[in-house]
Amino acid sequence: MKHTISVLVENKFGVLARVAGLFSARGYNISSLAVSETQDEAVSYMTIVVNAEDEKVLEQIKKQLNKLIDVISVTDFTRKDYIARELILIKIEAKDKIKDIVIKYPAKIIEAKKDYFVIEIMGDENQIKNFMNDIGDFKVIELVKTGKIAMES
Amino acid sequence: MKLSGAQIFIECLKREGVEIIFGYPGGQVLPIFDKLYDAKLKFILTRHEQGAAHAADGYARATGKVGVCLATSGPGATNLITGIATAYMDSIPMVAFTGQVKTNLIGNDAFQEADLTGITRPITKHNFLVKRTEDLAQVIREAFYIASTGRPGPVLVDIPSDVQIKEAEFIWPEKITIRSYNPNYFGHPGQIKKAAKLIEKAKKPIIYAGGGIIISQAEKELKILAEKIQSPVTTTLMGLGGFDETHPLSLKMLGMHGTAYANHAIMEADCIIAIGARFDDRVTGRTDTFAPYAKIIHIDIDPTSISKNIRVDIPVVGDAKNVLRELVEFITKKPDTREWLKTISEWKARHPLKYRKTDGIKPQFIIEEINRQTHGDAIICTEVGQHQMWAAQWYKYTKPRTFISSGGLGTMGYGMPAAIGAQLGCPKKTVFNIAGDGSIQMNIQEMMTAVVNKLPIKIAILNNCYLGMVRQWQELFYKKRYSQTPLCNPDFVKLAQSFGAIGMKITRKSDVKQAIKKALSIKDKPVMIDFRVEREENVYPMVPAGEPINKMISGLA
Repeated sequence: MKHTISVLVENKFGVLARVAGLFSARGYNISSLAVSETQDEAVSYMTIVVNAEDEKVLEQIKKQLNKLIDVISVTDFTRKDYIARELILIKIEAKDKIKDIVIKYPAKIIEAKKDYFVIEIMGDENQIKNFMNDIGDFKVIELVKTGKIAMES
Repeated sequence: MKLSGAQIFIECLKREGVEIIFGYPGGQVLPIFDKLYDAKLKFILTRHEQGAAHAADGYARATGKVGVCLATSGPGATNLITGIATAYMDSIPMVAFTGQVKTNLIGNDAFQEADLTGITRPITKHNFLVKRTEDLAQVIREAFYIASTGRPGPVLVDIPSDVQIKEAEFIWPEKITIRSYNPNYFGHPGQIKKAAKLIEKAKKPIIYAGGGIIISQAEKELKILAEKIQSPVTTTLMGLGGFDETHPLSLKMLGMHGTAYANHAIMEADCIIAIGARFDDRVTGRTDTFAPYAKIIHIDIDPTSISKNIRVDIPVVGDAKNVLRELVEFITKKPDTREWLKTISEWKARHPLKYRKTDGIKPQFIIEEINRQTHGDAIICTEVGQHQMWAAQWYKYTKPRTFISSGGLGTMGYGMPAAIGAQLGCPKKTVFNIAGDGSIQMNIQEMMTAVVNKLPIKIAILNNCYLGMVRQWQELFYKKRYSQTPLCNPDFVKLAQSFGAIGMKITRKSDVKQAIKKALSIKDKPVMIDFRVEREENVYPMVPAGEPINKMISGLA
């Protein structure tokens, strides 16, 4: 099952490698990872979506993250209200029907060429899932995701 | 006051109270070695960097202080790796310093460059690459603080050579706080109360004590608890010496080669009080059958150790000494364990540790004799293998910091350099290295370090001309196909003599006592005794890997 965790870390050289190394060394699965500085430049914010088979594994992941010296705090959103967004860029074949789909979502065509469109969609998990279903019949040329970012609401 | 990086290094080590540095020079640590030339710090030159890391670790285990080692960049630094990993697995406070190529060359595949912070990330508690001389004092302060607090562990500090040369204002940080690192020393009172209630109702309690007892210096508190609730105590390999094995409540060691009565007791217990132990697979055997009737209380300073392998009912995160003190206070009604202790004494009578006496030299007999002649008061270092388990089983440990062995990583070649560190840390103690003929050859070069420093270490090689533990597994589980386990060995007597040490070869049982007596009389150099033991003696009891912990092969049944 997928769980969204946020991790506040010291914005220091090598911190990302420590977090990533912890996951690989202990065989945990990262499904997505987004990292950036915060309003305080000494602190970075990571949103990690992990695939944990059960509560025990999730608990261990949180405890192991907390054990890293550079980790300031760990928040598990599993039983919390939170806001999450993901941004996707999709290069897709140019078909008029796609325009009708895009209108229904927090999405827009940011580039329209003869052969393809580039669509930007930014939304929560459900919106993105539904959108991906709706465009399922068209030929996707390229797709890039940012990974989920999340904060407590 | 402006000082060079190398001077700052020396100044910081002095202020941290460092007495001894173990290490080896090289190109990228020349500035530091130049300052060490005049510094009033004892430097022990080992013959291999691995020896330096293990010696620093042995020193730390014997004294409780932080062990310090120093090596150059690249190969010097990578030679420390096994020593760092060994210290990490056993939670040993250690700071390893390595030289690094100049900051402007990092990442260029320079001569003797290796990414040490990258390599050591999973085997250190934390590590640092110091890029500015201005940061050096702060980093060293943090390194010692992190290594020695909470659950201790090794910290690596990688210092490029230009950082050692450049000057900076020396500012010693008096107080150290790291906002993201705050070990929890006091257990949650609510949890401790719950633990007390559970203990009060227990009929068959058992205390399972690990290395945390020794690190936290909680041996007195452990004894008070055990006596108050009349609970038997078993220790892990790392916990040996944390509870006096001559005490009637002692069950000695549990696990794969533990006593039968300890393993039966933990499987039948209704309440396990685990303290500073981590339910290692060598202790639990098959986890789904482990201790089926027990509620488990787990006291540990490291939350990740709790409910990692075995589900725990009452976790208490805190320092063993503090938590035990409070726990004893909270227990108002003593459990009635008379029936339980009766059962246990029956097990003890029925399944004592034993070996078959013959005309040959039994390895167990040698350990018993060392125990007798040292009155259980020596520091016993070991390598890894059969001899390590015999040393654990047959010596009677009564005090903490008297058994020094690579438990978690199981590093062959650990014992010889560790004994050097232990002897330097405790000059008045008798230090033994119980070794196998295989293991001793892995860091044999450190004999020279012991000779140069006039260390009267006694090296007892239980020589069976085999890699004995692997051979035992091949005998029991691989149809006696002894693949690459028979060993051709050097003449250990001549070898010892060539180093300037004393060598003895003992082939008759009747000479064992005299040889140990003679070794104990030598005070100014190492003594190596080549005991020719019965070649195919096995370590029993034994729990085959993956079996429940009470399914033991006794060997004598």
